[in-house]
This record gives sequence, C-alpha cells and structure tokens, in this order.
Amino acid sequence: MAAIYIDGKAYEVTPGKNLLETCLTLGFNLPYFCWHPAMGSVGACRQCAIKLFKDEQDTNGRLVMSCMESVRDNMYLSVNDPIAKAFRSQVIEWLMTNHPHDCAVCDEGGSCHLQDMTVMTGHTYRRFQYKKRTYKNQYLGPFINHEMNRCIQCYRCVRFYKDYAGGKDLDVFAAHDHVYFGRAQDGILENEFSGNLAEVCPTGVFTDKTLKEHYTRKWDMTMAPSICQHCSLGCNIIAGERYGELRQITNRFNGEVNGYFICDRGRFGYEFVNSINRIQQPLIRSKIPDATDKQSLYNHLTETLSNNKVIGIGSPRASLESNFALMQLVGKENFYQGISENEAQLMRTVLSTVNSGHIHTPTLKETESADAVLILGEDLTNSAPRLALALRQAVQKKPFENAQQINIPSWHDAALREFAQQEKGALFIAYPTQTKLDEIASDSRYISPDDIARLGFAIANYLNNTAPALGDMDDDTLTLARHIADILKKAERPLIICGTSLCSEAILKAASNIAFALGTEDKKASLCFVVPECNSMGLAMMQAPSLNRAAEVLKKGEADTVIIVENDLYRRGAKKDIDSFFNHCKQLIVLDHLHNDTTNQANVLIPVGTFAEADGTIVNNEGRAQCFFQVFMPKNENLRESWRWLDEFRQFKNGVSREDLTTPDDLMAEMVELMPQFKGAETVAPPADFRIAGQKIPREPHRYSGRTAMLANINVSEPKPPEDPDSALSYTMEGYKGMPPAPLIPFYWAPGWNSVQSLNKYQAEVGGPLHGGDPGKRLFPENAVTENAFLNNISPAFKPSPGEWLLVPLPHIFGSEELSIYTPGIAQRSPRPYIAINKHDAANLNISENDIMQMQIKDQYYYDLPAKINDELPNGLAGIPFNIPGLGGIDWPATGILTKAAI
Amino acid sequence: MLSTEEIMKIDHEIALVPIRKAACIEALKIVQNNRGWISDESIHAIAAHMDMSAEELDSVATFYNLIFRKPVGRNIILLCDSISCYVMGYEKIYEHLQTRLHIKFGETTPDARFTLLPNPCLGTCDHAPALMINDDLYRDLTTDKLDDILKEYK
Amino acid sequence: METPLTQHININRPSLNLKDYVRVGGYQAVHRAITMSPQEITKMVQESDLKGRGGAGFNTGIKWSFVPMNDNAQTKYLVANADEMEPGTFKDRLLLEGNPHQLIEGMIVSAYAIQANISYVFLRWAYKKAARLIRQAINEAYAAGYLGKNILGTGFNLEMHLHTGIGRYMCGEETALLNALEGKRATPRTKPPFPQVSGLFGKPTIVNNVETLCNIPHIVNNGADWFKSLSPGADAGTKLYGVSGKVNKTGLWELPMNTTMRQLIEEHAGGMKNGYKFKGALPGGASTDFLVEEHLDIKMDYKSVAAAGSRLGTGTMIILDDHTCPVGFVHNLEHFFAQESCGWCTPCREGLPWTEKILLSIENGEGRPEDLELLRMHTKFLGPGNTFCALAPGAMEPLQSGLKYFSEDFEKHINEKRCPWR
Repeated sequence: MAAIYIDGKAYEVTPGKNLLETCLTLGFNLPYFCWHPAMGSVGACRQCAIKLFKDEQDTNGRLVMSCMESVRDNMYLSVNDPIAKAFRSQVIEWLMTNHPHDCAVCDEGGSCHLQDMTVMTGHTYRRFQYKKRTYKNQYLGPFINHEMNRCIQCYRCVRFYKDYAGGKDLDVFAAHDHVYFGRAQDGILENEFSGNLAEVCPTGVFTDKTLKEHYTRKWDMTMAPSICQHCSLGCNIIAGERYGELRQITNRFNGEVNGYFICDRGRFGYEFVNSINRIQQPLIRSKIPDATDKQSLYNHLTETLSNNKVIGIGSPRASLESNFALMQLVGKENFYQGISENEAQLMRTVLSTVNSGHIHTPTLKETESADAVLILGEDLTNSAPRLALALRQAVQKKPFENAQQINIPSWHDAALREFAQQEKGALFIAYPTQTKLDEIASDSRYISPDDIARLGFAIANYLNNTAPALGDMDDDTLTLARHIADILKKAERPLIICGTSLCSEAILKAASNIAFALGTEDKKASLCFVVPECNSMGLAMMQAPSLNRAAEVLKKGEADTVIIVENDLYRRGAKKDIDSFFNHCKQLIVLDHLHNDTTNQANVLIPVGTFAEADGTIVNNEGRAQCFFQVFMPKNENLRESWRWLDEFRQFKNGVSREDLTTPDDLMAEMVELMPQFKGAETVAPPADFRIAGQKIPREPHRYSGRTAMLANINVSEPKPPEDPDSALSYTMEGYKGMPPAPLIPFYWAPGWNSVQSLNKYQAEVGGPLHGGDPGKRLFPENAVTENAFLNNISPAFKPSPGEWLLVPLPHIFGSEELSIYTPGIAQRSPRPYIAINKHDAANLNISENDIMQMQIKDQYYYDLPAKINDELPNGLAGIPFNIPGLGGIDWPATGILTKAAI
Repeated sequence: MLSTEEIMKIDHEIALVPIRKAACIEALKIVQNNRGWISDESIHAIAAHMDMSAEELDSVATFYNLIFRKPVGRNIILLCDSISCYVMGYEKIYEHLQTRLHIKFGETTPDARFTLLPNPCLGTCDHAPALMINDDLYRDLTTDKLDDILKEYK
Repeated sequence: METPLTQHININRPSLNLKDYVRVGGYQAVHRAITMSPQEITKMVQESDLKGRGGAGFNTGIKWSFVPMNDNAQTKYLVANADEMEPGTFKDRLLLEGNPHQLIEGMIVSAYAIQANISYVFLRWAYKKAARLIRQAINEAYAAGYLGKNILGTGFNLEMHLHTGIGRYMCGEETALLNALEGKRATPRTKPPFPQVSGLFGKPTIVNNVETLCNIPHIVNNGADWFKSLSPGADAGTKLYGVSGKVNKTGLWELPMNTTMRQLIEEHAGGMKNGYKFKGALPGGASTDFLVEEHLDIKMDYKSVAAAGSRLGTGTMIILDDHTCPVGFVHNLEHFFAQESCGWCTPCREGLPWTEKILLSIENGEGRPEDLELLRMHTKFLGPGNTFCALAPGAMEPLQSGLKYFSEDFEKHINEKRCPWR
C-alpha cells in the first residue's frame, strides 16, 4: 500500500493505479471524460487535473492530469486547489464553446456525463462570443443515432469501437477543431458492440435509436436489474419501462460477467416485449368465444389435468422457476426438456465435464486474461458475442504485459498500444468457415466438425499420452496439434473454448480432454462451454429426458396431454417430427408470450410475462445462477410469470386455496431441496422480505415525474401503485435511497452523477467489483469429484461423400435468436436465407453466387436457397444460417443433397 | 481500382516498413501524384490494398494538409500565409491572385487551371513572400513577378 | 572563425556529391566511429555538450544514453527530423540542400552510437530540391558501402529511407513524427515512455534534428573539447542563426553561440530597412516569446535567451517592425497554431481557435476590454503540462509576451475600435 496525502489528509491506497481511479475510489468527485475504467487512460481531455506537490513543504505545486500519473508512495496532492478547480472549470468552458445548448431536446439529457461534469466544475457563464462549429450527422443504421454537433472530442468512441471492439467502420477524421467522428459514408455501423457507444459517449453524440422511437428520460423510467435472455452468457442488464412499454436496455455492471459492455443483440433485442404479436388473453380454443378469463381457465385446466395423462415440456429460455413449477405440476417423471435428444446429449456431456471438478470454468472476466486461447468449433461473435469481445482483450494481454518491462503502467492505454503495435497473444480457431475473430487469431483452420474434434484429441494426446490417440493422423494435423499444445502448455492462463453450435459431441469431448490433460492438481485448466440459450445450462441441470423421449411416450399412448412452457418446438427439430408430436397429443396447453407455430397448435393457450414482466432465475454457461426481476406490472393482468400460472394450477389441483398460495421464494427453496445441484441458487438475491431501514428498493428514481398525471385520463385521483410481493423492489419512487445490495441495483445514480458513470460509486474500487461482491452464484463444483478419465469419441477424418453434403448450422448474432428478431433493426441486420458452399463444390455443381440451390434434407423438407460461395468451407460441407426466419424446422445435425434448382 | 503501376510503387513502399499499414501515407501520395486528388473511390481502392478499412485510411488522409480529398485544378498554388510572409506582405499577393484568378483560398478556377490554397511556412522566410506552384518554389514575390509566373502554368 | 556545418556549402553551386564530399574529408567520421565503441561515441557527444538544435535544447548524448544497449538483436531506429515547419524557420533547408552527405554521415555515426539498423529521414514535403538531393546522396552512400549491410566490413548494418511528409506542423514533434512514420495521424504520444525505449513501431528510437545530426561528424572528427571551443559562451558549437522580416539582408549564418541579437540584426542582417524600426522579435521561431529593444544585447545561447524570458528555439529570428501591427502579427501566429492543432487535447483544440477569434475581433476593431483578460487566461491555462504536448504552450509564448510588451497597442485597438495600422 502507498500513503498519499490529498488536501492534507492521509490515505492508504493501492500503488500501480492511476491517480484518477484512486481519487474516485476514495470518493472524490473528480471530473473526467476520456478515461474509461475498462479502456484506461490517454490523457486527451485534460479534465481531471489536480495539483501535485514536490513534498509537504511545496506550496506551489503543478497541475497534473490525474489519469496520467501513477500512484506512488508519499505523494502530496490537492483536488480542491483553486488553480486546479479553475482549470477544470475552464476545460468545461472550452468544451462548451462548441457544445450546443440543446439539452432539452437531447436524448442524453438527465443521464449525461457532460451535464454532470459541467455542474460539478461550476462552469456556468458563457464567455465565448463566436459561432459554434456545426457538422452534418450520419445515418448509422437502426441502432445508433448520430448528432455530431454535441461532440466534445474525448475520443472514447473510436477507442472503444476500434481499439476495444475491433470495429473498422468508425473513425476520427480531419484535425484541429474540425475533428469528426463517424463513418467514411452514411451506413450501418457493422460492429456487433456498437450499442455501447451510447454508454461510452459522455454526451449525446451516439444515442440509442430504439429508445428514440419511444423516448423517455432516464429519471422517468421504472427500472429493474435483469439478465439478458439472448444467449447463454447471462450478461447483466438494466431494463427500463414507461407506460407499459419496455423502452431501453443498458449494461448492468457485473465485474465477473459482462463488466461494462454488452452486445447489440442484448441491448436492442428487447422489442419482442412490446410486440403486437404478444398473446394477450388465455384462449380455450374449443370454446366460443375462445378468449376466456382466469376462473374459467382454472376450471378447464383442473378438469383436464385431473383426467388426462399429462406430460410437461420445459424450455431452455424459461426460468428455473418456470421449468420447476411445470415439473412439480406434472411430476418429475413426466417432465421433459424441450430440446432435441442430440442437444440434450451435448448438454449431458458438458455437464459431466464441468461436474467432474477437473476443469476450471472461467468467468467471462477471467477469459479476458487468458494468454493462450484455443477455440474449437464456435463462431463466438455470433454464438456468444460478449465472449468474443473478451477474447479481443485477451489477445492484448501478453503484449501489454511485456510493456511492463519498460515500466508502462497497465492503465496507460495509449502507451501500451504504441508499444505493442500489432503484437497479439496466441489464439487458435478451428471452425468450418471464416469467423470474425480470425483477424486477431494466430492461426485459423477451416475444417469439418469431425476434424475439429480430431485436432482436439490430437492436442490432448500430445499433452498427455494416456489420452486417446488418433489412429491415423496426417502430418499436418500432427504438426498443428503439437504447435498448439506447446503454446497452451507454456501459457500461464490457457483457455479452451468449445460449444454446442456444431452439434458435435466429439468436439466437446476433445476439448474436455485437452483441459484434463493441461490441468494439474493445483492448477486446473480453464474450459469454457458455450451453450445454446439463456437457461440451457439450468434446464440441463434438471436432468430431464429430451423432447424425443416425450415424443415416444406420446406415440406409445402413455400420455395424451402436453403442457409446453415458453418453447416453440418447431425450432427444436424437423417440422414433420414436430407435426407428428402434436398429432399424437389430445390436449395441448401452451404457455408463452408470443404467438408462434407451436402456440398455433395449442388447445389452451396461456399468455405469460416476458423477462420484463417476470421474476426468475437462470443459469449461464459458467453455471452462474442469476436473477432477473420484473421491470413493471403490466396493465394486462393476464401477463403473469409462467411459474405463477403453473404453480397455481398445481396448488389448485391439490386443493390449496387462493390465500394459501406459496411465494416464489418458497418455490425456489422447494427446488433446491429436491434438486441439490441448484444449492445456492436461492441465495442469488436477497429474499422478497428484505428491507433496508424498513424500506424496499425503489425501481424509480426519485425524480420520476408525471405519475399523478399519466393515468389522469382514467382516473384523476392517483391509483394505488402496484405492489411487489415477490421481491425486495418496489414499483415506485419511494423507498430506500442509499446503495442497494448488488443483485438489486435497478439503476445507477449518485448525487451529482446522473449518467451511467455513477457506477463508480457502486464499486468497492473503481473498475473493480460492486460493493458486497458481484452478483450471481456459481453452481459448478470446483473440487475434483470424479476420477479424471479421458473421454473417447474419435471419429474418422471427414471425407466428403459423393452427392451428400454435411450441413453445418451457422449462427448469426442477428437472426438466429428467437426473440431478438422481433426488433425491427435486428430483423434488418439478419441475413436472408442462404446456403454456403465452397468454390470447388460450386464449380462441380455449376453454381455461381446467388444461384438458387435446392437442399433436400434426408427424410425432411427441401429448401430453395441462394448460394453463397465461400473460399473456406471444406469440400462436402454446406453452411446454413441457423434458425433464421424461414430456416427453422431442421433437425440438427443434418445431411442433405444439393442440386441446382431448376428455373 | 489501382493501376498496376500504382500497385507496384505502393508495394515497394510496403516492403520498406515492418507493418503494411505503415506505408499508407506513401500509398496516398503515390495515388494522388497519379490522379491529382484522392477520391472516395481511391480511398476504398487503396484501403483494400493496404488491408485497412476505408475509415481507417480516410482518418489518416483527412488529417494531413496535402492530401486532397476534393478535386483540384491542374496546378496547385500554395501561398505561404505564415508569419514572415505576413510581415513581408503576403496579403497583397493573395489579393492579387484573387483579382487575377477570381478564386479565394480553397477554390479552383472554373477551367480547373488553378487551385489556390493557403500554406503554413515554406521554410524560405529570408525570401518572403513565397509560394509554390506544384513543385516549384517562388520567392521574393512581387505582384509583377506573379503575373509572369502564372503564365507558365497552363 | 570556424563554420563546420556550412564550410562546404555554397548556395550558388551544386551540393557536393559523394566523391567531392570524401575529398574534403567527408565520411572520415564514419571511419573513425567504427574504431570506437558505441558507448564511447555517446560519451563524446555528451561531453561535447551538443544540445538539440530543433528547439528543445536537450543534451544529445544524454538523450542517446537512454537507449537500451543490452539487446543487440532488437530493432532500433534513428530518425532525422527534417520536417522543418516552424514558421520563420529555414535553417535545415540550407543543410539539406547544401550538403546532404553531411547529414547522412551524421546519421550513420549516430545510428552506430545507438546501434540502430534502420534510419529514416523525415523530410518536409515542401523541400522538393532537398528530397531529390537526399535520395541521390543515399543512393551514393549505399553504392560506396557507407549504408547497407556490413558497413566498411564492421558487421554493422544500416538501412536508410527517405520519407516525405504531407503537411502538418505536428510532425515536427518527435512522437507525432513517429506516428506519421507509422502511417497514422500525427498526434503526439505521451512521455514517458520515451521514444528511446518505445518509439517507432514500439522499438527504441532516437529522433534528432537535422542540424544536430550534422554536427555529429565534426564532433567525432575533432573531439568534444574542440566543439566546446567553437563558442566562447555558455553553449558549445556553432549555431545556424537566421533573420527574417524588414531588415536589409535577410539570411542565415553559422556563428558561435555567443552572438548577440544586435549583432545578428545590425551586422549580419544589415540593420532594419530604411524607414522601419525594430519593435520586437521572436528569437527562435513562431513558438518563442517576443524579445524587445532592451534585450538586443543578450547572447543567443540557450541560457541567456531563457533568462530574458524567451527560448532560443530554432535560432531563426522573426522581426516585428513598427509598420506591422502586433495584434495582426500575433493573430497570424495563433491562426497558424489553431490550424495546426492536431485536435487531440481539449485546451489546444478549443483554446487556440478561441484566442484566434478574439485576436481577429480585436484586429477588426470589435474587441472588448474583457477580451484581454480572456487572452491572459489562455496564456496561463495553455501552459506546459496542461496540454498534451508543447504545441499550445508554444503558441502562448508570443501571445503572452505580446500582451506584456505591446499591451498599449492591444488596448488602442479596443479603445479606438480599429487597427491603428490600417
């Protein structure tokens, strides 16, 4: 620890940090713009000036930029020095010479770091008498609005977009006071993390365009801590509502998971909540009219459930609570995972490895620190985008560490990049085709799933010769395997990443073997599994049989009634198999929030709340149980959590009266009791009766306005606000105003800090974990629990079979995910259906780019698809965009016959 | 599209630097020498050759004074407007140029014969005022001299 | 009086080719240097007290001594800063056009001293003649075995490339120059880390001014003591001094470093032009403080000029005469600096255009009394350390001293609502 003296007071601080971070951690309100806790310092804005004195006697001192000074022992500093204060105020005045006075019509207003810093420094009076410079704005696509006149040239946007996220199409142009931040021409920002610009930008240059469509000030939103529902990583988000509409998703800091950033699918994929396609009322389709009320529904269901043989189909996109409530309703033996047998098998393999205790499952944060990475069979930018962003940081780690040899501190971003230049750490990728991370990879191989697995097995075998060996290994594979193995072995923090995208169990096993071979007693190797959906891991941990087993039970007549919770089965298998599944079921009860092909089949359809209208717990790919909280109480009281409906059905069926219904906390406790693998999940967030000073945590900022007016068209007297018996959060602005516990942070605000930058105040140390620790509970065992046994699943090397193509599903960040596609901007970014084949196969088939090909999947459908000709795909493989609109209903993995379509 | 000759010259410059992108300024100069200015199309063509995005290259191109991102005339007049030339009366030269050519700084004559640009210090302050037309330096300028000089450029 | 730098320069004749240069003793320093260890050369240069001639005036040998010498396999770079663009400065042009081999020889010796294997001449775009001559001279040096692999059989390799800039004053700042050489925007870098440890492409790099490098062969040939003896005053060696403005004989002279301003103006530049009076001067380029009448007898060395409240800078003086409006003069400078700000840091990017606008409004008779306060505020807050690099502090030097020495003229503009010179 170092002793420093600020304005005459002594502090014990961590050396090696910069002074700005240190001052902020100590609670000083020191203004800044260009520094960012995740992106370090560059010294551009000159806003964070403080006085540094030579020693205790020095009274003059000199101004230094606190972000550019390392903390050293015995530093004498002044934050409140009059010259330092005057200079900071002057910097704001300079920025304000060109900044428009348009706060009232600016989307950033009320959550604007520039506003906060302006007030903080005390700059009030404008002395600049001349014209402001003005710019033309650009069209940047459906997500981000551009208003260049507001720019204060802090360079954060390009530093995030280019340096941090690897974007190519945003840069700074021109020089002096004409610098311009934008694209070369109008057009869609291509990077998958562009939405973070809205948070990174300290003012209103880059703002959320989807918010603009239904704009609300931050202070007027009802907000709740939530978890992203659009992939398996479980990024923490804040969701905001007004007038019954979900209006904005922002990043919620979790130091172990997403940190400061989320992907565009997570940020903008929320609009399904507001979709006109929402199911609004319970329907009993056998009745006229089919729309019904709660009581008739209860009566109808009590009868159906008592008289029929019922099975339940869970869902990887439904919460643990909802899946569990269904399981309890139908009985454990009648509960099935709503995923194909193939996927269920993949998940069993994943679970067996993580539960073996022989590997370390890294947090997302830990993946950023890996110094050698091997990715087997995942296109992370599309299957787990935030992880791809983490790896972009990981490849910088080694070169940045080297910079320590010449004493460049780790926060000194500009100097680190100037030193490191294009040096990158080791990253190897094996995937059937090009991925976006290839550009930062040491080596990328485009090989079939079987060959990816074989490469993995070869690496494992080279690392430990008791691991199963490839019988017939070609020299290329051997050389590559040895090379990768050597690098992994030498690395201090090697990381293996694989996943379920290619539907290959062999890849999972090969990756497990590498991790087993690499790890030692003391230091387990990090192995990260990417799984399909937000609660795939949670569902798998319930260890229920697959959808295929359920189909068999139906076929055999052992059941006749099916309850499906939040699951469109047509995304789970071949259309004809799912049709047949429904044909075998006498009564189909479906709970979901959006109409889809499965809800169309339902005899009874029950509307449920989305993540925004529900509380729930989901388990991410690292086994971290995390809670999302209901954001608002929908006006439509039919929109209730699936678990609430299902649990009520169970209890009514069992004769429990309405007033004796159990609480969600009880449901979770029951789940943990019955399934000890979830032990800990019940402690993720404080219970519903948690209070601070007798008060709940308000979902609304204390400046929330208009609540007496917003319903005045219905009733002039303000109605009683909705109550929340399910959590420690309230739906009002009243309640505890201090710091809430980390899992319950509904929004960031601190006195004088209205923007997202107020997050500093919520962290124990700036950039570090939240006060009280980052939320979430990791459920996987860390200690070895089983014998370390290598897995064997080596298939022969892939050989194209004449006339038949192996179809590989290619995930797309925009398009492949079921719910986010309801956001118009995401639909716009989604690819149209296509089939990718390599140029040799194309030549053999006499196919040119965009020619229509017919793809006939054995025993399944045929599709007419335009060809995309590709240099990378191995011969005999065809890439199909995974589950994009128009391309569902395929049972993966699949093979197909390709022909040129007759015109 | 870059011409074979342009590519050859650019590749020569690339060979001299350890990182391909580092030759991008040379590449801009080569193409500008050849085409007079750098169009959006040239930016895209050069960027593709340099393994850069158009943005990354244009960020560099627009930073520097002498990469022309707009069409220029056949002859570029760079009139020094810096301090020694100010003391020695460059403003008179500027006025004279305006009268003769009917263009101001930043403009091109309608016949595309001249583009007139201000330029900070030509490093010949002992012979101020000074200007350059294309690669030629003219010093100790007077308005009379100027008329003769302009005649040389068609 | 010895004039080592310019002894072989005759502007009325073509510059020396390699053969002629060798005939007059050229490249002897290379032959001599290779008999010495790199550390010996650095020590000699340090002892000679050669100070950087680009303007900063830092001891060249000490600058070199920070280059790590323990790893011979590491790529290191030497860069000649020939991006002369400081308004009022025209000294390096003479050296570049007059005797390019002298620079190349200096670079070879310097590169040997820091064991750099790749060197660049970063040349201002406007110096077309110099570009041609240097390119030619480099080719000759390669052909003669002074450049390339295994120079003079020593095993020492040195590549040399010419890079011509595309216009930005910032490129003269050594770290911005490195960015420009890397094909990037010429924004400056922070120091530390210094280029000596993390410079061009992240590798150890020395950037020296042309005039500095041209001194090196002479120091190696004649020794540190000889170099010190060239000037009887506080500083060592000769200096290229220039005078521009309304004097009878503008020009450039190589003189000992104890020459006074008065000597420069009256003896060498032949005095003020008829009808013009000396009002003040920027002693070393646009980014130096005004010196006035009372300073005419100070010696033009680093210390004396600093003691008078200015900087020797590049040693090329711009004279403000009594027919030239000081407000317009300073406005011209601030316009230049505002235009040449790279746009990286706030005070420079936003502050300089503000001062420019104020000065223009004062010059146009639209100034207000409070404008002077605003200008003074800028001179205070755009000082060293407050901005990212030295551009804005340099820009404030003529402004702050202008406000000090010519305050009456500023006030007159404001009070009379017009420029008294127009």
